[in-house]
Amino acid sequence: MELNFDQLAMLNGEHGPAAQKAMEILDALGEIYGAADMVPVSSVQIAGVSYDNLGEAGLQFLTQMADGGGRARGLTTLNPAGMDVENWESLGIDPGFAENQKQVLEAFARMGVVTTCTCTPYLSGNLPHYREHIAWAESSAVCYANSVIGARTNREGGPSALAAALTGYTPKYGMHLDEHRSPTVTVEVALPPAYTAGAQDMPGEGGLRTMWFGALGKAIGEKLQGSGKKQVPYIKGIGTASLEELKTFCASIATYGGTALFHMPGITPEAALKTPPVMTMRVTQDEIDAAKRSLSAAPSEEVDFVSLGCPHLSIKEIARLAELLDGKRVVKEFWITTARPTKHIADRMGYSAVIEASGARFAVDTCCVVAPIKGRFNALATDSAKACYYASGKNEFQTRLLPFDKVVMEALWEG
Amino acid sequence: MVLRGRAIYKGRVEGEALVTSMGISFFGGVDPESGVVVEKGHELEGQSISGKVLVFPTGKGSTVGSYTLYRLKHNGAAPVAIVNAECETITTVGCIIAEIPCVDRIPIEQLAAGQRVIVDGDKGTVDV
Repeated sequence: MELNFDQLAMLNGEHGPAAQKAMEILDALGEIYGAADMVPVSSVQIAGVSYDNLGEAGLQFLTQMADGGGRARGLTTLNPAGMDVENWESLGIDPGFAENQKQVLEAFARMGVVTTCTCTPYLSGNLPHYREHIAWAESSAVCYANSVIGARTNREGGPSALAAALTGYTPKYGMHLDEHRSPTVTVEVALPPAYTAGAQDMPGEGGLRTMWFGALGKAIGEKLQGSGKKQVPYIKGIGTASLEELKTFCASIATYGGTALFHMPGITPEAALKTPPVMTMRVTQDEIDAAKRSLSAAPSEEVDFVSLGCPHLSIKEIARLAELLDGKRVVKEFWITTARPTKHIADRMGYSAVIEASGARFAVDTCCVVAPIKGRFNALATDSAKACYYASGKNEFQTRLLPFDKVVMEALWEG
Repeated sequence: MVLRGRAIYKGRVEGEALVTSMGISFFGGVDPESGVVVEKGHELEGQSISGKVLVFPTGKGSTVGSYTLYRLKHNGAAPVAIVNAECETITTVGCIIAEIPCVDRIPIEQLAAGQRVIVDGDKGTVDV
């Protein structure tokens, strides 16, 4: 791989030990993936923020990089942490954990990283534009950036994203190159009338279509995984999709299929430039129903934990939630996970007061995937297919996948 | 016999080979305190990778695995070198941050457990 003057200087240690280590990582990754050179990145999103995932070793490494003069060269934001940074105590987080988590965030802050901890950076001031080269970790955001925005990023891990932040570069391979962004398989989806746009406005059916997008992401993702190679699907038959629907779809297809990029004609910007491949797979309503059922095994009586916000809730979703909880009282532990800037808007609009008066709790800066909640609950009700995956795998909870409005009802129901 | 591959991370060390034909997930698959492989059903289950030249086809699992290698190194329980058929992101990044010599594109089926080998992470060679 060819390095320019600036990159060579970093590799030779002229910008300090942290930039050197970062450039060593990128140089090696570029070599193993056959990159010809590097490309400057304008935006970085770092994963590996929760102390629950990092552990002592991760914290040591981040501290070493901060001590070594590491400094973000461009806009860099963080994935969710293991706790609400301002309100961890009331969520039952252990003080020792909180101390370590604070040190992690402090190390990032010393490196000039903006410590908004969210999986939806594109809703909180880190929004790249079409065709921009970026280096993002967080699989759902990677999928959203590549597909919905048309920016260009590989699926980075925590250290490789940090390395991009501290150098301002990423090796140019994979999703950064046009030839890897072409669809490899056409996926035909038959959208049933119940899920056409507008169905979600029916009384009691709010979020039905969003949940369906989560189930669809699982059904397609698992089929793609079954093909045994990395696929870029060209997905036909969807028509229209809202930001919230795409947000949940990206999370689901990335979780179950490892998908970095998809095209949807009429919805995503690169679809019109591409020709749908001849090779076609169909996803039937039965398969989507089966995907939903597989995540909904927990009966209502078992549910002792309710959560919305995977990926983090948009302000529109929080407004809806305030409407549903107005004057009500929840009877189950109910966590609402979102980004700090979104919570500030909710505060200003009075939504937060209504929601908190119901007994539901905001868990800002964090989420149910990365918070240390293993062993605390038995069964989770959520509208997120991705949350179900980590609830059952990492935390060993049963799961009950429901539309947004019904998740709220679950929290209100005595059982 | 000298096997020639590709240099991933620098350094030259001699050690005893520990060989598996299965992929390794460092996060969750290896105890970060002791270096013992804990993945159920793994060929190396119960064996320690500490102080060995660890030979395996390729890494797998969570990207947090890079930090596990770093933690092993700090606990004095890391392998002295890693030899892969094909190195991927997790192992590459782990070797760089933990400073463990690493070589890939080696025909690992020609290596056997217990052999003394010299891994040269600058030249990309394994000397048996």
